[in-house]
Amino acid sequence: MSRLDHILVVSHLSVRFDSTTVLADISFRVARGASLAVIGPNGAGKTVLFRALIGAIPYDGRVQWAPGTRLGYVPQKLDLERDIPITGLDFLRARAALVKGADREVARVLALVAVPREVAARRIGTLSGGQFQRLLIAFALVGAPNVLLLDEPTAGVDEPGQEQLNELLARLQRDQGLTVLFISHELSVVYRYATEVLCLSRGRACLGPPQTVLTPDLLHEMYGTDVGYHRHDQ
Amino acid sequence: MTSESILLSIAMAVAAGLIGCFAVMRRMALAADPLSHVALPGIGVALALHVHPIFGAVVMLLFGALLVWAIEARAREATETVIGVVFSVALALGSLTASGEELIDALFGGAGVLGWAEVGFGALAAAAIVVFVVTQRNRLIVTLVSPDVARTAGIDVRRLDLLYLLAFALTIALGLRYLGVLLMGALIIIPAATAKRLARNLTGMLLIAVAVAVLATVGGVGLAAWLHQPTGPLIVTVAAAGFLLSLLRRQA
Repeated sequence: MSRLDHILVVSHLSVRFDSTTVLADISFRVARGASLAVIGPNGAGKTVLFRALIGAIPYDGRVQWAPGTRLGYVPQKLDLERDIPITGLDFLRARAALVKGADREVARVLALVAVPREVAARRIGTLSGGQFQRLLIAFALVGAPNVLLLDEPTAGVDEPGQEQLNELLARLQRDQGLTVLFISHELSVVYRYATEVLCLSRGRACLGPPQTVLTPDLLHEMYGTDVGYHRHDQ
Repeated sequence: MTSESILLSIAMAVAAGLIGCFAVMRRMALAADPLSHVALPGIGVALALHVHPIFGAVVMLLFGALLVWAIEARAREATETVIGVVFSVALALGSLTASGEELIDALFGGAGVLGWAEVGFGALAAAAIVVFVVTQRNRLIVTLVSPDVARTAGIDVRRLDLLYLLAFALTIALGLRYLGVLLMGALIIIPAATAKRLARNLTGMLLIAVAVAVLATVGGVGLAAWLHQPTGPLIVTVAAAGFLLSLLRRQA
């Protein structure tokens, strides 16, 4: 594959906070339309990697997005009080106001994530975990991005809700022609949806399709215990 | 009360209500109070130099806002410590530079004679604050929800933070005449806290906060003239009564 087929090329990326090195010399490429899962134990720097990719923190090395790339980001934790009188619509309108055709854009993204308007008109504190997560995805979809970065999109959502969210994301990726980068702890989800896996562990990284990367040895090294998972391909 | 004074107090209250909503949502409620203290040494020095005290206050408040902005980039704990130390010291030094009647007015607000400089400054500052909140509300909300998402949407988060803090400092400066250094923080926070309980959406919150701030200011100024008391404590008392009433309503 030539460089042009890659939507993202990362070379020798390092991130340091004061004297602590969180990411050291990470290099990888992401093909257009790929679904890249980022896995690794807590503290491996998964969220830090995403924040470097969107340019929210300083880093050494190079992060090159292909020209014309528009990023949509779904953060994992929001440092936001849930009892404020902000509704889902306030939230989406604020984001949509920064692009053209704000009202139509709000209706479009709500339809994409299948959230009824009357649910979006409620205060965000009254939404369920799954509804709130859909709202965040809708927020990221404003302005029609071609890349979505999702930091544990199903965290804090009940089991059936997780299943629906994963299906929603897979459908969005297919229908909207998105490249998706997602952080996940669920190896069965990684197996089912990822075309590539980037594993981060103790500063080093490995990259490849799930079938070749997710070996019992590697998982043992990363997580320190034997992790059970289902290999759907066998 | 002259008509300029009434109009100026209403403009001040509108600005306080709007700015306060974002202060409450950004969890800046505790920073509002000490930041206002920094105005006192400015007032003292201005009085000593025979300059209008409002200009000394504005200079110090803008400096205070810059200081908060510069340290905000660091850990939250550090910010609180610095605010706690710097702004209390400012209050102490400020009390040494002013005395008597002047000090009481600077601390609690007093309806003296308004000069053209103060009316002109007040009208311009209030207009600037209202324009800032109305035009930037969407950017402020996106940034409030997630600074990282705001960055991917092309918002310069640091610049927006700075502009917000400067607007916040100007709002305090506007209120010094009526509420003084010690009480202006309360007029920014209490109406917004009331609105947070009562509103169903963002527009509702902004409108309710403005309404509570204006009613408290007009009511407080009226009561102060009637009772021959400083205006600040009465404005805050009326605002607090509104907040207590809002507690009677179950949270939406």
